[in-house]
Amino acid sequence: MNAFKDAGHLFRLAAVFLVGGLAFVGLRAFLVPKSFGEYGHYRGDAIAEIASRPVNYAGHQACEDCHADVLEKKKSGKHVHVNCEACHGPLANHVDDPGSVQPAKLDTAVLCVRCHEANIAKPKNFPQVASADNSTGLPCDTCHQPHSPAIIAGGTK
Amino acid sequence: MPGVEGFMYPNEVELQWSVLIVLYPFLTGLVAGAFILASLERVFQVQAVKPTYRLALLTALAFLLVAPLPLQLHLGHPERSYEMYLTPHRTSAMAMFGFVYLWYLMAVLLLEIWLDYRRDIVVLSQSTTGGTRWIYRVLTLGSSNISKHALEIDERVGWLATLIGIPSAFLLHGYVGFIFGSVKANPWWSSPLMPVVFLFSAMVSGIALVMLLYMLLTWSRREKIDMRCVDTVASYLFYTFIIDFSLEMLDLIHRIYEADESFRSLDFMVHTKLYMSHIVIQIMLGTVTPILLLALTQVLRLGEMTRKRIYAVAGCLTLIGIFAMRWNVVIGGQLFSKSFLGYTTYKMGLITREGLLVAIALTILPFVILWALVKLLPPWPEKNSGSLPNAAPAR
Repeated sequence: MNAFKDAGHLFRLAAVFLVGGLAFVGLRAFLVPKSFGEYGHYRGDAIAEIASRPVNYAGHQACEDCHADVLEKKKSGKHVHVNCEACHGPLANHVDDPGSVQPAKLDTAVLCVRCHEANIAKPKNFPQVASADNSTGLPCDTCHQPHSPAIIAGGTK
Repeated sequence: MPGVEGFMYPNEVELQWSVLIVLYPFLTGLVAGAFILASLERVFQVQAVKPTYRLALLTALAFLLVAPLPLQLHLGHPERSYEMYLTPHRTSAMAMFGFVYLWYLMAVLLLEIWLDYRRDIVVLSQSTTGGTRWIYRVLTLGSSNISKHALEIDERVGWLATLIGIPSAFLLHGYVGFIFGSVKANPWWSSPLMPVVFLFSAMVSGIALVMLLYMLLTWSRREKIDMRCVDTVASYLFYTFIIDFSLEMLDLIHRIYEADESFRSLDFMVHTKLYMSHIVIQIMLGTVTPILLLALTQVLRLGEMTRKRIYAVAGCLTLIGIFAMRWNVVIGGQLFSKSFLGYTTYKMGLITREGLLVAIALTILPFVILWALVKLLPPWPEKNSGSLPNAAPAR
């Protein structure tokens, strides 16, 4: 009995750890979202929440319904497989209300070099230029038409 | 692009791990090293180092409390970090490290300190007044039993805690090395020797720090430095340092002999961008010089004052060298491209969240905590032990 008496402080310490452990279990039950682990190591409800977010991109089909002339131009050029919103940005609002929501005018001096600035990491057959040498600061659409960018002798293609 | 040479992939240009991630293994290394020094007295019965025992434990605690702060500051959302404990991912080394940290803090260090100081806490809870008395009262957990038998039980349980603590301290810092060593995409880090090298460098830095702190605190209290103690600690520092240096050289020789596809790139980096921090500061100034200085004290019969000065210089150089080692691992591992064709530069911020001032503050903070701990739980033999009818004499 004496051993138990002299080890009383250790039992008190064990009780502190036990209370701490129980508090952790209780807090965990309270803090971990109910849907956690439903499908994997994440909150199951996150899928529905993300799916319910508004759609920002309209998709190229929506653009082509109204802008058939641009589609025709694109068909003859290298940008035929570049979707409209890749350059013009998300335009679902414009499709919903074409009258009042207008896409912003693009600055081709900034936009084109995102893809076409020369970089040793890019494949050799990908069209790329050192923009400072090529345009001397002029916007690219001074010479190139973005929807069909190749320049042919005697005018733009 | 300024600071970039050759070819870097876009995500390699800016370093993701800053000086705070250098500080983190440095701080945990000091914790593990200080604890292992303390265990020498407790488990291996090296009586000569007894004067540093309690100081080593308090140093380990002060640095352990600060160790996760660099990581918290590095995180974009530190307020979410506790979720690591709630929903840990078993494949994440960092998530598991959280539990290693918690285990070491709660089950080893706090337990051992509490058991070792329990007699003092009970005495102080009855001899002090005001707010500090209440702190001591809470720390007694309501038990003032410090009879001979009760303290014998504490001694046995404390011994067991230290015994469990040694592999725990190894695990704590081995884990830090493991995290770097298991990044297989980075040839500068990916080495099975990394956890072992980290562990021994941790022991070196922790022993050096406690040796310096012991000399500094004893000097500041105008008491005589126990030279038998400091000589013994310094000899352990010397032996551990030789093992640490041998392991690092083994790693280096292996890399040179293996000379895999990354070797030329890494070799170029060591001779250019990392020359000052790796060759000059880490190896020459922070490793070879202190080893030679410590060797002098082992070989020659030097006077007390000369030995003290040598230990002070060797200790400081050791800490600089180990910090440089962490720097070269963390920063060096991000300076070269995976293409092995280019190099970038680390530009440290000054007043940013992960900048120099924050790093300096986090280096000073453990010393402030240690100062408070030393005030609360004096690590040296008490002069005013108080008087309790059933109290056993101090160890």
